[in-house]
Amino acid sequence: MMLNGAEDEEKWLAEGIAGIQHNAFYMHRALDSNNLREALKYSAQMLSELRTSKLSPHKYYDLYMRAFDELRKLEIFFKDEGKHGVSVVDLYELVQHAGNILPRLYLLCTVGSVYIKSKEAPAKEVLKDLVEMCRGVQHPLRGLFLRSYLAQVSRDKLPDIGSEYEGDADTVMDAVEFVLQNFTEMNKLWVRMQHQGPGRLREKREKERNELRDLVGKNLHVLSQIEGVDLEMYKETVLPRVLEQVVNCKDDLSQYYLMDCIIQVFPDEYHLQTLETLLGACPQLQPTVDIKTVLSRLMDRLSNYAASSADVLPEFLQVEAFAKLSNAIGKVIEAQVDMPAVGAITLYVSLLTFTLRVHPDRLDYVDLVLGACVKKLSSIPKLDDSRATKQVVALLSAPLEKYNDIVTALTLSNYPRVMDHLDNGTNKVMAMVIIQSIMKNNTCISTVDKVEVLFELIKGLIKDTDGADVDELDEEDFKDEQNAVARLIHMLYNNEPEEMLKIICTVRKHTMAGGPKRLPFTVPSLVFSALRLIRQLQGQEGDIVGEEVPATPKKIFQLLNQIIEDLSNVPSPELALRLSLQCAEAANDCDLEHVAYEFFTQAFVLYEEEIADSKAQVTAIHLIIGTLQRMNVFGVENRDTLTHKATGYSARLLKKPDQCRAVYACSHLFWVDDQDGIKDGERVLLCLKRALRIANAAQQMANVARGSSGPVTLFVEILNKYLYFFEKGNQQITGAAIQGLIELINTEKQNDSATPDSASDAFLASTMRYIQFQRQKGGIMGR
Amino acid sequence: MVLVLAIGDLHIPHRAPDLPPKFKSMLVPGKIQHIICTGNLCVKEVHDYFKSLCPDLHVTRGEFDEDSRYPENKTLTIGQFKLGICHGHQVIPWGDLDSLAMLQRQLDVDILVTGHTHQFKAYKHEGGVVINPGSATGAYSSFTYDVNPSFVLMDIDGLRVVVYVYELIDGEVKVDKIDFKKTATTRSAQ
Repeated sequence: MMLNGAEDEEKWLAEGIAGIQHNAFYMHRALDSNNLREALKYSAQMLSELRTSKLSPHKYYDLYMRAFDELRKLEIFFKDEGKHGVSVVDLYELVQHAGNILPRLYLLCTVGSVYIKSKEAPAKEVLKDLVEMCRGVQHPLRGLFLRSYLAQVSRDKLPDIGSEYEGDADTVMDAVEFVLQNFTEMNKLWVRMQHQGPGRLREKREKERNELRDLVGKNLHVLSQIEGVDLEMYKETVLPRVLEQVVNCKDDLSQYYLMDCIIQVFPDEYHLQTLETLLGACPQLQPTVDIKTVLSRLMDRLSNYAASSADVLPEFLQVEAFAKLSNAIGKVIEAQVDMPAVGAITLYVSLLTFTLRVHPDRLDYVDLVLGACVKKLSSIPKLDDSRATKQVVALLSAPLEKYNDIVTALTLSNYPRVMDHLDNGTNKVMAMVIIQSIMKNNTCISTVDKVEVLFELIKGLIKDTDGADVDELDEEDFKDEQNAVARLIHMLYNNEPEEMLKIICTVRKHTMAGGPKRLPFTVPSLVFSALRLIRQLQGQEGDIVGEEVPATPKKIFQLLNQIIEDLSNVPSPELALRLSLQCAEAANDCDLEHVAYEFFTQAFVLYEEEIADSKAQVTAIHLIIGTLQRMNVFGVENRDTLTHKATGYSARLLKKPDQCRAVYACSHLFWVDDQDGIKDGERVLLCLKRALRIANAAQQMANVARGSSGPVTLFVEILNKYLYFFEKGNQQITGAAIQGLIELINTEKQNDSATPDSASDAFLASTMRYIQFQRQKGGIMGR
Repeated sequence: MVLVLAIGDLHIPHRAPDLPPKFKSMLVPGKIQHIICTGNLCVKEVHDYFKSLCPDLHVTRGEFDEDSRYPENKTLTIGQFKLGICHGHQVIPWGDLDSLAMLQRQLDVDILVTGHTHQFKAYKHEGGVVINPGSATGAYSSFTYDVNPSFVLMDIDGLRVVVYVYELIDGEVKVDKIDFKKTATTRSAQ
């Protein structure tokens, strides 16, 4: 059925075009022979093709354009009185004898154009006559094109100021009046189209109407181009008249299009000065009009206008643009109860963008907009429309981008309330945006209050929120989030130790709520934050501030103890051990023997009771030994206790090679190179000998297991240690001992029937070279 | 000319939020042929970042690294040089150059790159060179109070390596360079 219709239309169009071409041919002949009568006859016949009702707007336009082109030639002929001998006044009368009204009026407009050009009558009179005569055609499609023709030919002949057709007083008014009238009539015709034909074809009609809308809108464009239309005239006449038609036509398609047209076509300064009038029309429009889009576009335009130059900003203040716009939006949202969430929020986003551009210093305005949005969000049960969610994120991101300083956003009281309305997933995304903004701008958050607000904003990351589905948690995302929080902690800083300690306590309070999943990520950052504070306090020795007990290293160490204890719930013993050792070193630097001892005890407990994996044990014991080696705060008794424990655990590691290495590492516990350091040569040697015994045992085990001894690497390592202490001046290590060890190594190598181990061979070789080099240097290595 | 970036001990996110911006703007992809990382990144994000700078990335395990699969030490050959990497917490006493020299002998390398102390060092001894690129973020170190962010760029050319150290001091990047030449002694193990 449809296909037939389309085919038919093609046929009719073809017929129409053929008709035009046919008559045009004869018309041209008449023009060439200066035959006015014939010209009029054939042109009227040609124009009769436009009387058709069978074509859609798109095809009618095709026909119209062909006629239009032909009429241009006719106009040239009309203009040349010499050719046809009839005065333009008479011509104007003559063409009205044409049989049918549509051709008659097209011809009349064409002559009218010539008439105005001739200046034999004031432009305003001719135009007035034409615009009224066109009433004769009430068919919507035909009427629209006819009046469009009138608009086209009259365009350059309006009695504007400075135009050659300028009349006497009120000349601009005449031009405006003409265009307004044409506009009004065209809109009426356009609206009438909506009600033509059966209800089931409504969609088709609307589509066709949309194709024609620019014909109507063109008039507004013409109005904006009239020089004589200044702000005053726009305000007093043009806008009220246009709005009157817009409101009265009660057609939502027309209203939406024309409101948008007004906004796009007239200058932004005009809109600012007529804001009240313009906005006042909004509630009067049909409820089905998408007024929010209109308002959004208006605000976008005004935002751009504000951004274009700083000079225009005072104007905004003078007309109280913000107040007017936010009131208008409020009214619209209130009136349109069925407006979906995304619509309302989009409006607020536009208003916020406007506010940030025009009044960036007015944080109270920004907060107001957020507050209005909260109110709207509170009225809907749940935000589950993804587009609406996107808009909320846009709303929240705008202040961050504008101010480049999260601290400003933190002062907006409604900001966290907006975030509360996001679903968990989006809330977390927003929290990440906030953190990234801080990181990117290197912002420092320096007071407890701001830290509290910040953690309120990112609470979706800090802890499990009610109703959060734990199964949904993507592990990668979770890690990213927690690492982001960990990095954030370093941005929370105040130079003032008291405040800084309060900040640390606040952060601890919040991160504790995160539970065992999150603590391994956040605790390290907090610990090092605290250790840095301790260092700072060390540097500020002797400053006792007032009567209040100041932040002291001791207090902070107590706190650190508790923080590391928190990890036991995870459990995270390896991390806890490492952090305990860090604290021990820091306590050492503060000369707090007891505190350092406690941290070591803690580390040993963790080692004994919770670190079971053999590889982890090896690393852990080396960390303990390495840290202990650097301690200078311990008295003899404490040091001995700890050293004894370390060596004991070293000897009890699972694998013999590991035992060996840990034990010879312990040798350094008895020799510290600085001037006050312990230098117990005997115990060093005891350690090395013990290591040697273990290495021997390892060799024997390898022998039993594989039928040949293993690589001699361990022996070479121990040899290197002998050399080390020998050079340091340990009297207990003799050249003979070294020599003996070298011989032992060589013997073991010979006994090794398996393929030679190039690594241990190379090691031995380089060690021998080292010995050689030292000998040549002279000094201690005499032999 | 082969450029090798030696970098480590960033301790992100435990002790530092990020690399200094001035360093970040200097480290661009495509300029460096190898990256040697002493360890303590500590998270995958940093690993991925280094990988984006240069696909030939070598990392050894630091005691705070999240990924426990990094090796304790690693050796590789670049041009005429054999390089060894080890974080350094395994070598006691920490930072002791003689003990590090022992590790160097054990790995049988010309250049040993190591970290842990967060202090830049370039030390030549009879067996070769020990380089510590310091901490690229200037992270807290129990070892020293005075940590400036630093990293090292080695230019390996034949038997010569030029070590450029980049340090961020009072907000400005300062560069220093040290030349090392390798004697072409053949050291074949019998």
